[in-house]
Amino acid sequence: MAEIEFDDITKRYPDGFEAVKHFNLDVPDGELMILVGPSGCGKSTALRMVAGLEDISDGELKIGGQVVNEKAPKDRDIAMVFQNYALYPHMTVRENMGFALKLAKVPQAEIDQKVNEAAKILDLEQHLERKPANLSGGQRQRVAMGRAIVRNPSAFLMDEPLSNLDAKLRVQMRTEISRIQHDLHTTTIYVTHDQTEAMTLGDRIAVMRAGILQQVGQPTELYNNPTNLFVAGFIGSPSMNFLPGELDGDQLHLPIGTVRIPDSVRRQLDSGPGGGRSGIVAGIRPEDFEDASLISDRSRGHTFRAKIDVLEAMGSEYFAYFVVESEGVSSTELEELAQDAGAADLPHSHEGSQVVARLDAASRVREHEEAELWFNVDHLHLFDVESGRTLLGDGAGPDVARQPAAAGQQPASEPTGGASPAGEAPTTG
Amino acid sequence: MSHRARETSGWSLAILVVVVFSLVPVVWIVMLSLKTSASATDGSFIPHHWTLSNYSDIFKLGTFTDALRNSIGIGLISTLLAVALACAAAYAIARLDFPGKAAILAVALAVAMFPQISLVGPLYNLWRQIGLYDTWPGLIIPYMTFALPLSIYVLSAFFREIPWELEQAAQVDGATPFQAFMKVIVPLATPGIVTTFILVFIICWNDFVFAISLTSTTAAQTVPAAISTFPGVSQFTVPYGDIAAAAVVVTVPVMLLVLLFQRRIVSGLTAGAVKG
Ligand SMILES: Nc1ncnc2c1ncn2[C@@H]1O[C@H](COP(=O)(O)OP(=O)(O)OP(=O)(O)O)[C@@H](O)[C@H]1O
Ligand SMILES: [Mg+2]
Repeated sequence: MAEIEFDDITKRYPDGFEAVKHFNLDVPDGELMILVGPSGCGKSTALRMVAGLEDISDGELKIGGQVVNEKAPKDRDIAMVFQNYALYPHMTVRENMGFALKLAKVPQAEIDQKVNEAAKILDLEQHLERKPANLSGGQRQRVAMGRAIVRNPSAFLMDEPLSNLDAKLRVQMRTEISRIQHDLHTTTIYVTHDQTEAMTLGDRIAVMRAGILQQVGQPTELYNNPTNLFVAGFIGSPSMNFLPGELDGDQLHLPIGTVRIPDSVRRQLDSGPGGGRSGIVAGIRPEDFEDASLISDRSRGHTFRAKIDVLEAMGSEYFAYFVVESEGVSSTELEELAQDAGAADLPHSHEGSQVVARLDAASRVREHEEAELWFNVDHLHLFDVESGRTLLGDGAGPDVARQPAAAGQQPASEPTGGASPAGEAPTTG
Repeated sequence: MSHRARETSGWSLAILVVVVFSLVPVVWIVMLSLKTSASATDGSFIPHHWTLSNYSDIFKLGTFTDALRNSIGIGLISTLLAVALACAAAYAIARLDFPGKAAILAVALAVAMFPQISLVGPLYNLWRQIGLYDTWPGLIIPYMTFALPLSIYVLSAFFREIPWELEQAAQVDGATPFQAFMKVIVPLATPGIVTTFILVFIICWNDFVFAISLTSTTAAQTVPAAISTFPGVSQFTVPYGDIAAAAVVVTVPVMLLVLLFQRRIVSGLTAGAVKG
């Protein structure tokens, strides 16, 4: 049981590369903090510094209020699930899981009991006497998990602990982790690439990019009030659509038509950092679109026509892809985001911006045909073209990364006809 | 004949040639040891009269049993010390980044290349002066010195192959660096350690140059040195039968050692440690 504090931590590798830069994060006792970010952004490095496996170049790391920069890993009382498992190949599954307890001189009977318990949770009972070499990838990953949960450490560090499991097992394990973490009330930092895990598992999410912390907050907070283009594009799946826009008084000119900015957004815009800006990037979540024919009160949004290029039927919903003619959004943030995500569908191509809309299963939209679509103007996100920062104020300012758990509520976002993002877990693409 | 069968038979032939080539001297020595001393030089490969008298002869000689004891003792102690020290050194070389790492390996290799005979004279004088002449330590020290470089070389290659994360996992699990080394790294490097052990032991076991120069009595004389002092029937006959019997006897422990540890000398022991 301990609070973990990163105080302005920087990690410089011997070759001069800064993997983590001026990192400030406070994980209160008992919290499950999710750490997300594109590959290579320094998540594992951050975890390894907490475990004591990597020297801290600058700043202070505190566990339970004590500076532990100089403490050896074994004295930090931390259990870690390594990204690449790091199982002891010469030990059986049972010995692997009991190793830490054995080192701690726990009586053998108690070790056996704890290992059996963990094996039951992890569905590893019939593999206890086998060596790691004879296990499948998913089974190995569960052994790595088991090695952590047999202990009762002051903090868990988990580096993508479920990445190699199949969908069903992943859901099962996710709930188990959630349950274990709640029961033990152990401070946990959990790295994942999985949107569902990120949104559902943690108390809060910290988004990192290129070693820099972008935003910390509750899942819905990040989802509703992303502080910049990067977070907006990273959280949520399919990711947010970005369109170039022009602010003109109360009007916002978008490639899909001109919309009147609703008062709720207007108020945030005025309280936000970039009131007088005209060139902006507008963000619309796929679920804020809807088939116009299904909307009874279209006045809360904007209706436009688009030719659907691809229509993916997911059963419970449709994903409709269409291209919007525009010069494309040229923001350095966006381009980096596109690179990080490895996605070609971000609006940086010449032909225009590709947009994905999530439509109700009842929609009658057809592939290759023109369709009338509607989107919820109340849920518009507006960003500065240059810096990528949000232009909307109210809890989503640029400094939010330093404020722990400020439950910023977006005002006046009562659901109106179309899909409402709040509290809805986006599924992995 | 299919392509596959042809390939198999080709390999079999090649293997047969190599096996015969390397076994003929061994069989020859065994045959020689079973001949009577009179017929030792009669030029026939297979003895006309089979006898074990050569074996009973050498064991009746006090020098041989003493030499056998010395060989085993000195060989084991030198090897154990060399391998233990080499483990620590190789681990440091494989794991730590320190200035002059490459230089240390280069110097180690140079020591291994050093012609031993050039050291024998000075050592002889030095050992006589400080009282190490004709003692166990008098042989153990040079053996260890010459075995270390090779051991470090072989072992550091093995240590490099072990994923570092295993050691880190052990440390997070609460192990001290020494515990992590002993409980995780050493078991995984076992094939390398065993291989090195056997190599070094054979080198010490077969050494003649130091053994003949730095010992004089049964107090420290090892088997190769003792064999050279076997008395013939007369001053002018070489005791071929006895020498052959002694050679066969000293080969047995080495073969036993290799067979005993063969099961441990398997590669791929780290399989399954880390992803991919
Ligand atoms: N020993 C090292 N020396 C130099 N650079 C390193 C070293 N280890 C990692 N890096 C760099 O630090 C950055 C962060 O690495 P890290 O392993 O923390 O990424 P990550 O966020 O965990 O990525 P992933 O999601 O792919 O696991 C990477 O760009 C990597 O190349
Ligand atoms: Mg990683």
